[in-house]
Amino acid sequence: MADLIENLRRAELPPAAEAFRGEVKDFLARELPDLPADVRSRSWLAFDAEFSRKLARRGWVGVTLPKTYGGGDLDASSRFVLVEELLAVGAPVGAHWIADRQSGPLILKYGTEVQKQDLLPRICRGEIFFGIGMSEPNSGSDLASVGTRATRTERGWRLDGRKIWTTNGHQCDYVIALVRTSGTAADRHVGLSQFIVDLRRPGVTVRPIVDLTGDAHFSEMFFDAVELPPEALVGEEGQGWHQVTAELAFERSGPERLYSSIVLLDRWVRWLRETGQAGQHLEAVGRFVAHLATLRQMSIAVTAKLAAGESPVVEAALVKDIGTEFEQAIPAVVEAALGADPAVAPDADLLRATAYVSHMAPTFSLRGGTREILRGMIARGLGLR
Amino acid sequence: MFAEAIESILRDHCTPEHVRAIEGGASPQGLLAALEEAGFLDLLAPEDAGGAGAGWSDFHDVVVLCGAWSVPLPLAQTMAARRLVKGDLPAGLVTFAQHLVATDGGLQAPLVPGGRIAGHVLGAEGDRLVLLRAADARAVPTGVHGSLAATLHWPAGAARPVDSAWAAHQLQPLAALLHAGLLAGAMKRAFDLTMDYANQRVQFGKSIGKFQAIQHQLAVMAQQVVAGRMAAEAAFARQGDALALPACAVAKARTSEAAQQVATIAHAVHGAIGVTEEYDLQLSTRRLHEWRVAHGSEAHWHRVLGRLFVDSGDSLAADVARSLL
Repeated sequence: MADLIENLRRAELPPAAEAFRGEVKDFLARELPDLPADVRSRSWLAFDAEFSRKLARRGWVGVTLPKTYGGGDLDASSRFVLVEELLAVGAPVGAHWIADRQSGPLILKYGTEVQKQDLLPRICRGEIFFGIGMSEPNSGSDLASVGTRATRTERGWRLDGRKIWTTNGHQCDYVIALVRTSGTAADRHVGLSQFIVDLRRPGVTVRPIVDLTGDAHFSEMFFDAVELPPEALVGEEGQGWHQVTAELAFERSGPERLYSSIVLLDRWVRWLRETGQAGQHLEAVGRFVAHLATLRQMSIAVTAKLAAGESPVVEAALVKDIGTEFEQAIPAVVEAALGADPAVAPDADLLRATAYVSHMAPTFSLRGGTREILRGMIARGLGLR
Repeated sequence: MFAEAIESILRDHCTPEHVRAIEGGASPQGLLAALEEAGFLDLLAPEDAGGAGAGWSDFHDVVVLCGAWSVPLPLAQTMAARRLVKGDLPAGLVTFAQHLVATDGGLQAPLVPGGRIAGHVLGAEGDRLVLLRAADARAVPTGVHGSLAATLHWPAGAARPVDSAWAAHQLQPLAALLHAGLLAGAMKRAFDLTMDYANQRVQFGKSIGKFQAIQHQLAVMAQQVVAGRMAAEAAFARQGDALALPACAVAKARTSEAAQQVATIAHAVHGAIGVTEEYDLQLSTRRLHEWRVAHGSEAHWHRVLGRLFVDSGDSLAADVARSLL
């Protein structure tokens, strides 16, 4: 039971990964668009195909995929460094994010040779972008209850149903959808499969959903008798639940679960430095760097397990939960500090960044598995359920 | 390798009964003699000086054990002192002063951890490191139940300068690092006791660990235990011939903050039995509170780290965090 705690021990990023960091910093110094803090705060939600293609030309999209498919052939530790540097400055990496993090590795692991040859090189060139098709209007935390269904036809499959909360779905080319291929919702984990859905096929409608910040990064997708070829199925029919669980370990383990508010923290500290107010906030600022330094070590420990070929599902859940708590604490503290003295108006850029991150912060502990679901997984990992 | 050997001594000589007895004024001689005979007080001393020449990562494991077993002696400080001080140290236990203040021609050291039980106290007087004999001091106990800390007052001329490998101002972060390791160990013990209790205690016909409300508290507790331990382990690993102060600061800050939450959840899950004298949880949680404060709580070290960040030119948080630990 206590194995969960014993197993998550300190690990180090290998020297090669650290050496790679300099290359990434040089690239960003040249190529990062000059954007205000509130725009940079969108980072992995921000869709910028041109920036993604610049990264792709460096070999930094599909970084962990093998060279035979056009990938960067880097290990999980180097990906950690790349992702950490991109997020630390709020680079607009949303376009290729999902394919790089989970769709590409999923296709590599479960796809046929034809699927790999067809899709992976285009992912790595930044030509096609992927979204996640998991949630539905009536299936959120209870993912196994999905009702979208694929039915066998003479020429392949017919897809009917809806998916929702797909980030940038209206700008993506494909989603990997978790759907039911046999049985009913009562069969739970049995009878689910994953399909690669080309969003340009007839019968697919994708509609953006405007959020409280005025953005439309979410979307919902309608599948109305969409004809899919046999090769749209990825992995084995009926193994969708098993595959999606492995996919979620990739989704939950990365630095994006620590860095969502980092642009705001840096923007605030810059303002404190410029206005000479830092003295009043040293304790809060110091607490954030102490937490970040520790969380990085925890995230590196999970990454080391991924690099060793393990699937640290529970460890990733533990680090994600405590990581998002840190991400949510930053806007809470900064917002209070901005209003600490009504006679001092904050910088406009800082105000907008604070508002944006405060408004979006609730989603940090929803996306990729809610706090309550993650704590249930940790309890299971501790042997309590 | 050292850890297993030390743990076997602690299993025999540092049971909860021993801890209670020593806290109540009994002699620690049995435990101390067992550790001394096995050569463990010289764990960190170089091999050519008759020590075991253990590295920082071995030391980390040993300090965590001291925390887990609620060792009622300044054992971690004694081991560290024997590496820190060049030349011979007197036999027996050495602890570290949090602060030395000049008073009426003498010296005062407030709230010295293990001050009632140590033979000597190492402290920073200005920019020199001095050794003081505890027997020469007037000891004022804290009045906190079970605490072996004391405020010590020495007359003039009691301090003897010692030659040390490190500058005097590094004593505080070193002591903070040791307490981070102790906290990590005590948090793990409190967690193990709490998990056992949650699995055994039955209410409403099932063990209370089956209730989601309890499970989520234990999940949060596990996160804090892992975070504290990761910070301590990484900070020990950062040390070398020179002391890495920022790593000590992170470790003490993070473990101290976690300690409060861990102690709170441990008691919440245990119910009333947890706060009784006869149940062992209190041996860990009283220490979590004392060690949280000793050599600077998170309030102190967060300010140190905040200053470091703010004064680092235009450095970004991610780069600062990476340089710390």
